[in-house]
Amino acid sequence: MKLLVAVKRVVDYNVKVRVKSDKTGVETAGVKMSMNPFDEIAVEEAVRLKEKGVASEIVAVSIGVSQAQETIRTALAMGADRGVLVETDVAVEPLAVAKVLKALAEKEGAQIVVLGKQAIDDDMNATGQMLAALLGWPQGTFASKVEIADGTATVTREIDGGLETVALALPAVITADLRLNEPRYASLPNIMKARKKSIDMLKPEDLGVDVTPRLTTLSVSEPPVRKAGIKVPDVATLIEKLRNEAKVI
Amino acid sequence: MQTYTAPLRDMRFVLHELHGATADNAEFPPELLDSILEEAAKFCTEVLLPLNASGDEEGCHFENGVVRTPAGFKDAYKAFSEAGWGALNADPQYGGQGLPESVAKLVEEMICACNLSFGLYPGLSHGAYLALKSHGAEALKDFYLPKLVSGEWAGTMCLTEPHCGTDLGMLRTKAVPQEDGSYKLTGSKIFISAGEHDFTDNIVHLVLARLPDAPPGIKGISLFLVPKFLPDAEGKPGARNGVSCAAIEHKMGIKASATCQMNFDDATGWLVGTPHKGMQAMFVMMNSERLSVGTQGLGLGEAAYQGAVAYARERVQGRSLAGAKAQDKPADPIIVHPDVRRMLLTMRAYNEGCRAMGVWVAQALDAAERGDEAAADFVALMTPIVKALFTDLGFESTNLGVQCYGGHGYIRDHGMEQFVRDARIAMIYEGTNGIQALDLIGRKLPANFGRSLRRFFHPVAEFIEAHQADARIGKLVQGFARAFGALQLATSFVAEKGMTDPEEAGAAATDYLRLFGLVAMGFMWVRMALIAAEKAPQGGPDAEFYTAKLNTARFYVERILPQAGALLFTIKAGKAPLMDMAEAAF
Ligand SMILES: Cc1cc2nc3c(=O)[nH]c(=O)nc-3n(C[C@H](O)[C@H](O)[C@H](O)COP(=O)(O)OP(=O)(O)OC[C@H]3O[C@@H](n4cnc5c(N)ncnc54)[C@H](O)[C@@H]3O)c2cc1C
Ligand SMILES: Cc1cc2nc3c(=O)[nH]c(=O)nc-3n(C[C@H](O)[C@H](O)[C@H](O)COP(=O)(O)OP(=O)(O)OC[C@H]3O[C@@H](n4cnc5c(N)ncnc54)[C@H](O)[C@@H]3O)c2cc1C
Repeated sequence: MKLLVAVKRVVDYNVKVRVKSDKTGVETAGVKMSMNPFDEIAVEEAVRLKEKGVASEIVAVSIGVSQAQETIRTALAMGADRGVLVETDVAVEPLAVAKVLKALAEKEGAQIVVLGKQAIDDDMNATGQMLAALLGWPQGTFASKVEIADGTATVTREIDGGLETVALALPAVITADLRLNEPRYASLPNIMKARKKSIDMLKPEDLGVDVTPRLTTLSVSEPPVRKAGIKVPDVATLIEKLRNEAKVI
Repeated sequence: MQTYTAPLRDMRFVLHELHGATADNAEFPPELLDSILEEAAKFCTEVLLPLNASGDEEGCHFENGVVRTPAGFKDAYKAFSEAGWGALNADPQYGGQGLPESVAKLVEEMICACNLSFGLYPGLSHGAYLALKSHGAEALKDFYLPKLVSGEWAGTMCLTEPHCGTDLGMLRTKAVPQEDGSYKLTGSKIFISAGEHDFTDNIVHLVLARLPDAPPGIKGISLFLVPKFLPDAEGKPGARNGVSCAAIEHKMGIKASATCQMNFDDATGWLVGTPHKGMQAMFVMMNSERLSVGTQGLGLGEAAYQGAVAYARERVQGRSLAGAKAQDKPADPIIVHPDVRRMLLTMRAYNEGCRAMGVWVAQALDAAERGDEAAADFVALMTPIVKALFTDLGFESTNLGVQCYGGHGYIRDHGMEQFVRDARIAMIYEGTNGIQALDLIGRKLPANFGRSLRRFFHPVAEFIEAHQADARIGKLVQGFARAFGALQLATSFVAEKGMTDPEEAGAAATDYLRLFGLVAMGFMWVRMALIAAEKAPQGGPDAEFYTAKLNTARFYVERILPQAGALLFTIKAGKAPLMDMAEAAF
């Protein structure tokens, strides 16, 4: 069974992001970039499925700039077998990514596409869902546990207030939540081997996908600075303020 | 809380931009080396760093001859070995990755910055690996090396005895030949790092001892391999050998590293190399090991620097002498004060200078391994300098790190004082820094009639000649040239005086090493400045990096390097001020 796993190159989670002075987005020049942490979890899950003998091949896919090859290399070092970079300088949106992934899933004959539940740069949380809809496949989003047997993926989902378990008939789309697993550290031999694994270079046009953005960003700004708190003399004042100023009770 | 971000940008600068054009590159493309550094950084900061303060607080436990490392260390070691970090620069024939020494040293820097105590365990294994690899019989190598490389078994270096540390010629541990070709070793060793621990199923001790027919002194010492458990027929740890840990030391720093008193009672061992030539076997591994110990100083210096910068941005105290900067705060962040900047820049200039020098020497170490004779000369010359200079400066940096924190550096909470305690040992073991200086002045300078020295001096002189009139860095090069002049004068003074009176050489040694080290580092700084001067004006995301590089180069040349002049005066004062004092007067 072939698995497709999607990996996005994003600003590293340790970086304190700064808004560009012209407010068109956040500063990425000279900023450390790495694999979206949820995608790392997706890769880890795919590798575990391969280690369990469920998957036979893992293809790591990224859609983005040429440097996203490094993100694919990270996935290869973790255990993916080969990579595909769909290269574009366009800041791709979920729908475009979903279309590219659909084309690739069909081209590769993948049985499962694993993605992170969202990317930490735009927090869209949409690509997996759109992909499932476009493919007409069932989806198990926010997965915290995945089991595959007899053509069925049993996915435990993290939902408000608890866990939900769904059974999906393969082929299916799965998106990884934080607690699905703890991604491994790439071992040195695997980092070295990753260099020798192949990365296919494609363009969106090769897959017949138009990635032109459909959204227009009006402005990006820093969140308002939190104001200092105040001390209240007694509980009565607190309740009064919660009721009349904050209007939460 | 200690924080650390691996200085990957600077590491890439040193590896690719400053020292890029070497044979390493063909075999290992820069992107591969970068991804290795990146993954190592991740491992070190996520796995080793969180155990640094807790390991220091808890220390190692000793009970009935058994050593238990602090909580988390054993698991970290398992993860470290599984990820293959111990095999980085080992020979592929024995399961290593054969990566360049330069990359190994950069990874070691990160390990030491995050957790020096931890790093000592695999470090000692690598030392044992090197000694065995260069001198062991094939059968010993084929059996033990793969286990040391994979980290399945650990290694130690057992040199020191209670009555002898520096002067190993006095050592007493005895080795008696047996009929089956093995030896029985008896004696006591002290201060043995990683002599006993709970990381591995077996520990391979490399032990210096004396054969019954040994000539007295340093020429009568042989090297032996003594496993904790004798391997059984399948190669698994079998019967317990006659080697045991009697106690562990309570000490100033590196508390999570077990420093063991080891007893050998008729312990079975095998000869490594030729009888009575044990010290030669030691010297083969020493270049690499001393470079590693130097790297410990650098790692801790970097950790201290990062801690200090973070605090200096955040701690508000006093107003800027140029008028208040942070109007919205009751005082300005201390990073505005000239004196705090002096401390931060000193640390930074030392760290980046050491990093540049370390990779320089590490690359030569690889070239020497490939048979390049000039590189071998260079490594021999630079080894004592790297070991002593890096550890002295590393200690200085950790000390400045505490100072930047004021009273908050002295108390435990921020982890700054741990760096000082941990850094202190590196000036002592693997040959005290005083002994490094004697090695430089007594052995390395006169070696091959000064050939090594000329091989260092000529490229420096050429660089000065070529760039002293450069519009961008000419002024820096001229400052550097003055320091180089001081080194040349000091060298002829030492050569002349030391030739007739060894005590004169001994009196000059430590100051001469510092002078040499500062000039060698100065050479790195002017070369780095040249690159930065070219690239800074190109703009782009890296412009800030290159501008800072230039500023730091300037700080180094203008505010550190003038020490060269003072060192020259000190050296020229000769031995009299030291030796004229009557011993009884102390
Ligand atoms: C934490 C720790 C870990 C260690 N790990 C190991 C290990 O794994 N294996 C191992 O074998 N050893 C180890 N050692 C021992 C270490 O290498 C020695 O302590 C070191 O070599 C110095 O020897 P010494 O302590 O006997 O000091 P001494 O040799 O007594 O020196 C005392 C002072 O005299 C100076 N001195 C001595 N001789 C001369 C001379 N001829 N000229 C000028 N000055 C001189 C020295 O520079 C030093 O300042 C370790 C020590 C410590 C503290
Ligand atoms: C063990 C111990 C015992 C102590 N005992 C006492 C005691 O009995 N009573 C008591 O009152 N206090 C005591 N102290 C506090 C001690 O006096 C302070 O820690 C010390 O004055 C430094 O202040 P700070 O720690 O706030 O550092 P900071 O003032 O924050 O200084 C941090 C760094 O910034 C530098 N700096 C700050 N301002 C400037 C400036 N304007 N220009 C240039 N550099 C600047 C400092 O030199 C230092 O390097 C003690 C502290 C310790 C650790």
